[in-house]
Amino acid sequence: MIVAEAIRTKLTEALKPARLDIVDESHKHAGHAGSRPEGETHFRLIVVAAAFAGKSRVERQRMIHRLLEAELAQRIHALSLATLTPDEANAAATGS
Amino acid sequence: MSDTSVTDRIKRDLADNDVVLYMKGTPVFPQCGFSAAVVQVLTNMGVKFKGIDILTDPTLRQGIKDFTSWPTIPQLYVKGEFVGGCDIVREMFQSGELQQMLQTKGIAVKVAPPA
Repeated sequence: MIVAEAIRTKLTEALKPARLDIVDESHKHAGHAGSRPEGETHFRLIVVAAAFAGKSRVERQRMIHRLLEAELAQRIHALSLATLTPDEANAAATGS
Repeated sequence: MSDTSVTDRIKRDLADNDVVLYMKGTPVFPQCGFSAAVVQVLTNMGVKFKGIDILTDPTLRQGIKDFTSWPTIPQLYVKGEFVGGCDIVREMFQSGELQQMLQTKGIAVKVAPPA
């Protein structure tokens, strides 16, 4: 859980997310390129934060890439991101 | 860090092709689920694109990441402009933004029947 904890700490400090889901999907990629026996290589994140307001999808993902630069360079092989503002998350939840 | 010949090659490919996908494997044999997902979206829309396999060239694999400051593959470019990776392409396709953006840029899109 070292990498997941690092992700949580860094994103929580910088983005103060209303919601942060960290799903370790490494097991789905066992034996593939970039996988490690100890796991924590493939992550899917759902980040809901007001800090994303007014920013494009690319800009939002770049914010996360920057915060996780060290992890991406050393350990994370794949990072799937859903980046929403609280308003967008509410709209998605109510299906509008 | 950035190799000029790689950068030149990227710029040339982007200038010569309206839609370019840097991917792992080829459009027919993608070597990664994320690359395969983007190929599927483009195929679904009937968009003609050039798939460039970065696995066959380590310099390009790093070069394209440096070129756009984007750490992951796949990467989709339309008319030389970076659109995004797998998540962004999928989200934009689902909301219809991708089809709209391609049409705005003069790229033929087949209007897919609702899935």
